[in-house]
Amino acid sequence: MVSLAPAAKPPPSLRRYRAAVASRTVAAVAGGYLLAAAGAAVGAHAMAGLGMPRADAALASTLLAFIVHAVAAMWAFGCASAWRAWAGVCLPGVVLALAAWWLQRGGTA
Amino acid sequence: MRPDGKPEGLRQSMSWLHTWSGLLLGWLLYAVFFTGTLSYFRDEIDDWMRPELHASVPGPETAQRALDAMQRIAPEATTWTLSLPGPRQTAVEASWREPGAEQGRAGLKRATLDAATGERIEPRETRGGAFLYRFHFELYAMPRVWGRWIVGIATMFMFVAILSGVITHKKIFTDFFTFRPKKGQRSWLDAHIATAVLALPFHIVITFSGLVLLMFMLMPWGIQAIYGGDTNAYFAEVRGARPQATAQGERQRGGRQEAGAAALAPVAPLMAEAAQRWPVHGVGSITVNAPGTPRATIELREGGGESLANRGQARTLLFDGATGRMRDRPEPAAASWVRATSNVITGVHLGRFAEPAVRWLLFLSGVVGTVMAATGMVLWVVKRLPERRKLGRTPFGHRLVEVLNVGSIAGLSVATAAYFWMNRLLPAGLEARGDWEIRGFFIAWLLCLLHPLVRTHRRAWLEQMLLAALLFALLPVLNPLTGGASLAQSVPHGQWSIAGFDLTMLALAALHGWVVWWLLRGKPAAKPAPRAAAPATGGVAVKAQAWERAQ
Repeated sequence: MVSLAPAAKPPPSLRRYRAAVASRTVAAVAGGYLLAAAGAAVGAHAMAGLGMPRADAALASTLLAFIVHAVAAMWAFGCASAWRAWAGVCLPGVVLALAAWWLQRGGTA
Repeated sequence: MRPDGKPEGLRQSMSWLHTWSGLLLGWLLYAVFFTGTLSYFRDEIDDWMRPELHASVPGPETAQRALDAMQRIAPEATTWTLSLPGPRQTAVEASWREPGAEQGRAGLKRATLDAATGERIEPRETRGGAFLYRFHFELYAMPRVWGRWIVGIATMFMFVAILSGVITHKKIFTDFFTFRPKKGQRSWLDAHIATAVLALPFHIVITFSGLVLLMFMLMPWGIQAIYGGDTNAYFAEVRGARPQATAQGERQRGGRQEAGAAALAPVAPLMAEAAQRWPVHGVGSITVNAPGTPRATIELREGGGESLANRGQARTLLFDGATGRMRDRPEPAAASWVRATSNVITGVHLGRFAEPAVRWLLFLSGVVGTVMAATGMVLWVVKRLPERRKLGRTPFGHRLVEVLNVGSIAGLSVATAAYFWMNRLLPAGLEARGDWEIRGFFIAWLLCLLHPLVRTHRRAWLEQMLLAALLFALLPVLNPLTGGASLAQSVPHGQWSIAGFDLTMLALAALHGWVVWWLLRGKPAAKPAPRAAAPATGGVAVKAQAWERAQ
């Protein structure tokens, strides 16, 4: 009923496809979360800096963070290659995370 | 997202993302949507599942009777709170705090009172609607935090699936007016799109607000950044906008320090005053602080909210307990626009204080969302039928999805109906009765997940849908046979919580019956369901098939 032969070793193109899907998934889930979380932290500081009440700034940036994560996830699967997914999602995520860390240090020092 | 790596447009890649983000957690999301939709009628379910309450018929004397009863039950208490009957509740729910009791909910004692006589009612032990409500965001039998994370992650998938679905169907609004019945796959797609677009704002708001309600756990970083990790400071600042809450706390602390006794003024004139000011909602609850003392106050709370932006905050009136004279109190502060935005979307999700018409609209939107999820998952199977026909067998993955679809869609209906049946069939005095009701729910669900394994796909759908339709249809019959109020009693008495439940069950029975009729009408050949490959070789079949597709 089931032919065993082709399953023994998937051809390289399929393996590469699966690796690309896995890679984009990590970029979308983990990278997207990093981008959203760091964006929330930096955005909250920015909005508070622009004169919004602190509680409102924290809430507004959190609401936006969920949208950022969703859009990042769509970008990770919509862009041309897995590399671009990483570059487009994780790179700004790391930059924002560094900025958030710097702001945090500056805030407490 | 093609295996051959050929370039493709945004819509193609979003279609891929929509399919897989929707399917992967679709079964869980379906259950969340289903139980969450029922939770809009949580209070009604609570009433129905305690038939001991059905004899309680509210009247104009209810408030006075209940206050008299509290004088007998808890004369020493520092505070009484009476939740009065209304369209969603047929008895009086009383709670009170004895002197020296713990702060918060743990220190409260509770009782249910007959609305006509004020007599205490001892209802059967049940988790009622709270089980379905808790399940929809915390699941069951695991630490609450885990359940919330799992549901939170699934909600994020849902959010992505909705947004990518919108991009996929760029002609979404013209598609909405296109329904091509009896066209197989195309009909399923049309049904999926129609249910999606019909309540699209609801789907987006309900999913997004689901995330917002869990934001302190899922996305605490904005608040952490501003408050340096002290989330309580955030809560304190938000609460600062509500002077009411603190004023109330101070009054409570006052308690019954002073000696001397004073009877409460009759409550009827106060109720009349409130009814004049709040003609729509009337009084929802009464709070008496320091009852029996000269310092006693009576606070009447409106039975509904004015504005969603204020999180449905109800208006209140404060009276002097002994004299019945009205006291002045500060107006609650208006919410900022950011808070108002958040309050509106979470207010819709919680349906707090929603008018009956709005609550029904929310419920129907939830039903539409549930059907959207179901049609999407069925569509996944139907779309792959040509591929399967070409292969000449059913790959394991397809069969797995079929089994899970039947077990999680039709099976959940059977399990929910079984939960209500257990409520009436288990002896009222059984030890750990509430737990047994829930076990009944999960046993029924498990059986429904196993049943499609030994049945063809179509037969499994047919049998489970038929069972669900019968179980739902007979609940209004079972109700009066096991101590509840029948529709012939509840409708004339205006007990809408009970009547509404019975009528909703009949509607659910009709919906499931329609599916049965539709399945019977179509020839079996129209929905071919070849037996699956044995599970042991199934994984191989999937790989083989994926390999073929990749060629």
